[in-house]
Amino acid sequence: MLRNEILKVSLVVSFILSSQLVNAQSPDSASSSFSTGLTILVIIFLFAVIITIANRLMKLTAEKVGADKVGASNTVIPTWKEFFGGDTPTRSAEEGQFHVLRQGYDVPLVGDAEQRIDANLQATTFAMKPIDIHGMSPIPKLTVKEGASVKAGDVLFFDKKKPEIQYVAPVSGKLLAVNRGPKRRIDEVVISADKEMQYKAFTAPSLDASQEEIKNFLLESGGWSLLRQRPYNVAADPSETPRDIFISTFDTAPLAPDLSFAIQGREAAFQKGLDVLATLTSGHVYLGLDGRGETPISTAFSEATGVVKNYFKGKHPAGVVGVQIHHTAPIGKDDIVWTIDAQSVATIGTLFLEGKYDATKVVAVTGAELKEAKYVKTYQGASIESFVNNNTTNDHVRYVSGNVLTGTKIESKGFLGLYDSQVTVLAEGDYYEMFGWLVPVKARPSISNTFPHFLYPDKMTADTNTHGEKRAFVVTGQYEKVTPMDIYPQHLLKSILVNDFERMEGLGIYEVVEEDLALCEFVCTSKQDVQAILRQGIDMMIEQG
Amino acid sequence: MNGLLKFIKAIEPDKKNSPFLHTLFDGFFTFAFAPNAITKQGVHVKDGMDLKRTMVHVVIAMQLCYLFGTYNIGHQHFVALGEYPSFFAGFHLKLSHGLIKLLPLFIVSNVVGLGIEFWYAAKKGHAIEEGFLVSGALIPLIMPADLPLWILAFAVVFAVIIGKEAFGGTGMNIFNIALLARVFVFFAYPTEISGDGSVWVSALDKSAELGTFVSQYGWPHSLLDWLFNGIGLSTFGDGGKAVVDGFSGATPMGIAAKGGWEAVTEVYTTSQMLWGTIPGSIGETSKPLIVIGALFLVAVGIASWRIMLSMVIGLIFTGVLLNGWGATVFMEVPWYYHFYMGSFFFAMAFMATDPVTASSTNTGKWIYGFLIGAIGLIIRVLNPAYPEGWMLAILFMNAFAPTIDYYVVQANINKRLKRVSNAA
Repeated sequence: MLRNEILKVSLVVSFILSSQLVNAQSPDSASSSFSTGLTILVIIFLFAVIITIANRLMKLTAEKVGADKVGASNTVIPTWKEFFGGDTPTRSAEEGQFHVLRQGYDVPLVGDAEQRIDANLQATTFAMKPIDIHGMSPIPKLTVKEGASVKAGDVLFFDKKKPEIQYVAPVSGKLLAVNRGPKRRIDEVVISADKEMQYKAFTAPSLDASQEEIKNFLLESGGWSLLRQRPYNVAADPSETPRDIFISTFDTAPLAPDLSFAIQGREAAFQKGLDVLATLTSGHVYLGLDGRGETPISTAFSEATGVVKNYFKGKHPAGVVGVQIHHTAPIGKDDIVWTIDAQSVATIGTLFLEGKYDATKVVAVTGAELKEAKYVKTYQGASIESFVNNNTTNDHVRYVSGNVLTGTKIESKGFLGLYDSQVTVLAEGDYYEMFGWLVPVKARPSISNTFPHFLYPDKMTADTNTHGEKRAFVVTGQYEKVTPMDIYPQHLLKSILVNDFERMEGLGIYEVVEEDLALCEFVCTSKQDVQAILRQGIDMMIEQG
Repeated sequence: MNGLLKFIKAIEPDKKNSPFLHTLFDGFFTFAFAPNAITKQGVHVKDGMDLKRTMVHVVIAMQLCYLFGTYNIGHQHFVALGEYPSFFAGFHLKLSHGLIKLLPLFIVSNVVGLGIEFWYAAKKGHAIEEGFLVSGALIPLIMPADLPLWILAFAVVFAVIIGKEAFGGTGMNIFNIALLARVFVFFAYPTEISGDGSVWVSALDKSAELGTFVSQYGWPHSLLDWLFNGIGLSTFGDGGKAVVDGFSGATPMGIAAKGGWEAVTEVYTTSQMLWGTIPGSIGETSKPLIVIGALFLVAVGIASWRIMLSMVIGLIFTGVLLNGWGATVFMEVPWYYHFYMGSFFFAMAFMATDPVTASSTNTGKWIYGFLIGAIGLIIRVLNPAYPEGWMLAILFMNAFAPTIDYYVVQANINKRLKRVSNAA
């Protein structure tokens, strides 16, 4: 950190010197004002030259000794986070690198889940929703008929385009219904759960087995269906070996569950899952850890072995895996990486430890419209009915599987999404507000300083009102404030809208999926559908191959 | 409130039968009531900020300029006549004269501009966009008080149709609308907006008999005189009063071009120039009040501080270079005095920071602002034909903003490509 000190001191000295020069001259004659100005400019210029040369030398040296590969910054000019990051703890390489993300926004909502698991609440129906898996054909091949009995881990359906990947039942019970949407699209495969869970018995290979063997086991046991592939957030392709695998162990989204709390009791399974994942990639398994230091981190995460750890400190979306990838090892054109959420790692771990598909999920039931916001222990795809029934303060609410930024609207009897471990209940905002744009009576979350934030409570309620109408892009620089990535979201969106593939590639469409840019949609003054536009672009890219 | 809402909803015109009325209704309705639209896809909650709120804060930021500008119209008029030389003397006369001059400008600019906006919205079947709220408030501030209203109307028509609607409406325009209106007057009717004499001081007429300027009033003044008489206040009189000896009505820049800074200080003191009790366009003279507006815009995060700061740096940079060159008297005006003259701050606070026409990348904003500062001063000092440079510099850089962005974005693309080739 010596170079920071040198730079700080020299900056201060040069400012003092230049101000002295200004004061020393009498300001009346033009020639003296010229010489003053010129001296300042010369000083700045020389300073810039020295810095540039030193910078270049340092980079060259770093390349020579190979230090540029380890990810440390090798420049004379400290990055902002180094310059202001006095609070950055220094850690050894094993403990993990520390990243401070300056951009972002924590939507200050009330309705955080109280940290206790309500054992009384149990869902009785569960569903797999093919629509959750992006890129899947709308009518997957069902392997069981309505009314049949299934065990947890029995195959329910598979995608005809990728028949190797089996999608299995999260619980045992009777196949209650196959709910179809328009054009016979399969929306939900609903299972009525047994009181006593029956697991299909698997025989897991040992981790010394060939990669092929482990892959095949994961494919048939349903563990594979939990993996997602970047770019584009599609189902992981079994024919690929990913460059790396990324896991975020904390969720910064509004009212998101505390994953360190959710993983309690499954620490061994989580570690086993990490070991399994490590056999699938040619690179590393990267673990993104909470660097904010506000809540305790589970030892399952902080003491995980065989992984590369990175700490991230910052507002949302610091906990989003796409942002973490960008700061660890960004995705390029031909790269393929996989991501998986922390609880699913434990599910994969259990497959190898106990030979059963244990889709246990600790789910946060959150939102301001709930009487009690708390955690429940259930299984993937649970019906939210028992969690929200008699638990809402009024009827005019929206149920969301997931968080308010990326979640899906569901009915009060709807089911959790495959990758979701949160339910949010918020008020519908279909009301007119007199001069609402000018004098907002009720507090509302906003990144804009035009609102009297000092009058607002620290956390507030929010409803689904759009607070304005859709307009053309007008304001600039707004998305950048909430996107901690070296990317130009607005230009990317515009290139999607005009179908400019080359530019979409260049501007980094490989690096982002909806959740990475969800905050852009939240803050957008013009109320543009950022996530829908981005998905449109991603779909076009997939179609183009 | 519910009753009112019901009543208003009941009188809503039919969209098919009378699209224009419906658009009009929709415009005013969404102005009075934030709509009840809810999120459909993507995020479920949205930021409370919308375009109306953005625009109205810019308008709020220029209110001090409106207050001062209105009064200064009257003040300059009476100073030219040698009456009420102290700032607050003849308060009611100066204020009412200012209003008589400003209100028609404001009304014409907004009626014409919004009229076109409404018509296009109805024709294209979309909601009325808020862009002209700001343009319509800016245009009167950058015009001379005596500008004939028909010229103003033409200028607004040109700016809104050619400058904005031709490109697709708010958010799509390449050039700043308000400046387009001004540049139209500047090139089509140059004598109305440049030069000395009665251009920058209102209600003066060249008198053939006296060979000088005399005051000239219209019916609103007579009406007010009748009123003022009734309550025993001083009145405008019948007009025809000659200006004081040595009146030139010139702006500081006009003087500096001929005689340098010394000549300027013979006519105006620095504090006059700073506080803005000098002739000029209506809203651009008072520097502290503009700076308050600019700081307000930066504080609420609407205008880009990057553009503002880099414009100041650009002006200083060029100013220093010109000082060093020193070939003419104007070049020798110390660089810091350029802040006192002309409309630099107004251009900085309200014109250059227009997000639609400025660079859209943060890096681009630094370059964009710097070049406006540099080019604007070059035009001001080096070009004898144009007394003030910011309008042309900003329009010029408006044209180049996409180019700047192109290279900034391309740098980002190249960086990404390089990363891939390194990894491969």
